[in-house]
Amino acid sequence: MHLEWGFFLRDIGDGETTYLSWLFSAWGWTLAVAGCAWVLALLLGSVVGTLRTMQVTWVARLANAWVELFRNIPLLVQIFLWYHVIPSLIPPLRDVPSFVLVVFGLGLFTSSRVAEQVRAGIQSLPHGQRHAGMALGLTTAQTYRYVLLPMAFRIVIPPLTSEAMNIIKNSSVAFAVSISELTLFAMQAQEETSRGVEVYLAVTTLYIITAMTINRLMALIEKRVRVPGYVGGDR
Amino acid sequence: MKKTISLSATLSATLSAIILGATLSAPVLAQTTLKKVQDSGEITMGVRESSSPLSFTLGNGQFAGYHIDICHAIIENIKKTVGKPVTVKYTPVTSQNRIPLTQNGTVDLECGSTTNNATRQKDVSFGLTTYVTEVRMAVKANSGLTKISQLNGKTVATTTGTTSVQHIRKHKNAEKVSFKEVFGKDHADSFLLLESGRADAFVMDDNLLAGLIANAKNPKDFKIVGETLSVEPIAIMIRKDDPGMKRIVDITIRGLMDSGELDKLYKKWFLSPIPPKNTTVNLVMGATLKGLLKDPNDNPMESYAAK
Repeated sequence: MHLEWGFFLRDIGDGETTYLSWLFSAWGWTLAVAGCAWVLALLLGSVVGTLRTMQVTWVARLANAWVELFRNIPLLVQIFLWYHVIPSLIPPLRDVPSFVLVVFGLGLFTSSRVAEQVRAGIQSLPHGQRHAGMALGLTTAQTYRYVLLPMAFRIVIPPLTSEAMNIIKNSSVAFAVSISELTLFAMQAQEETSRGVEVYLAVTTLYIITAMTINRLMALIEKRVRVPGYVGGDR
Repeated sequence: MKKTISLSATLSATLSAIILGATLSAPVLAQTTLKKVQDSGEITMGVRESSSPLSFTLGNGQFAGYHIDICHAIIENIKKTVGKPVTVKYTPVTSQNRIPLTQNGTVDLECGSTTNNATRQKDVSFGLTTYVTEVRMAVKANSGLTKISQLNGKTVATTTGTTSVQHIRKHKNAEKVSFKEVFGKDHADSFLLLESGRADAFVMDDNLLAGLIANAKNPKDFKIVGETLSVEPIAIMIRKDDPGMKRIVDITIRGLMDSGELDKLYKKWFLSPIPPKNTTVNLVMGATLKGLLKDPNDNPMESYAAK
């Protein structure tokens, strides 16, 4: 198989952009979509996951409904709902850029998965910890803040790592709503240049580099926040 | 015997093609298509799922269309040449895999909607041009848009993975109009962008636009307008460096053109109701294709742009 990489330096036809600079701008869009969606997913997922473990029934039910809603609909369908259906029901949303809509779509989808992991982390703690907090006279909020969540988050770092790597790959659905990220670049550039193998190799490499960087970053965080004698720190 | 002569002629052509192929380049296949068909008794037609009316599925593994009819005529002539019955197999292909599948021998005769351009000619070979598509734009009938220059500040839709993207990019640059581009993931999606008002125009091959409009809820709400951004010859694709096969394909097409059969096929697929919904594409033959019927060629797209 003969590979030829020269086309990356060629102009895409507008007189200023080369395929290489387009590739890097596409990488930027992938990082932007995934990054913004991850911040949203982590914030909402933590809140919803915590609420699911509350003793107040209606709050837990509401949080359960959130998780089931966003994890039972296929991601691509959710993206289309955000892009085509919701703006036609709420006209002011028409002027919202598709970037924002896809960040919401991807962020809320991932938030339901993060919420499940946070809930699992909290529920894996012995009941005694919650009771100890209450016995000390802490309010519910204080029990979560100082007793439960610090341990629960340490426990769920490994599954959160996979989730953070997943969101990079899942961000490829953004091509369907016209965000010019890596997948859209791959589909378009391979058609224009007829060098599909090289284009997909380059794009795959960038996906791998991104996901691996996140993996190493999360491993570093995992190491730094270890508590001696507790989860992950007993060495 | 006549048959023996044509058979030995084919074999010697085959043989010389093998030697020629082996010395000039490193071919993927060490045999020609005709030899392969003769040995296996079957030929594989590359078809499209939804390139109506050129090549599309009717369901249940059935494929039909303008290019498929032409390919059946070619296969009739191949049968005569190899002198035995040939089974036709259908393999659906996509824009992404049609060239590799033709090169590696999975597909012997690609009957879809492939643009013949210079880049592709490095990898594959094309029959005489049988259809010419013009890249134009579809707009809402009440929008008042008629020219590319009116698109300043508007939103223009096109489909990811098509050559139309390049054309609007070039045009945008040349005319100094600034518009926003949105990309649908397939033609139906791009049309939805136009229908729902997210885009003001949809730039694509006119035959595809006509097909989408014909199948829209209210076909009268849309029209095809504007100058031609690009003229693209669409042709049947075969393997490169296979003169025997190329000759049969071209002789058949030329025959269809001379006898007026091709014109009838055009009327059948473009101007009459076609399955599955019995709608009419309603696209009259353009001047470029009319000229090609009189004076056929297999020139790539680049030679049209020079005009």
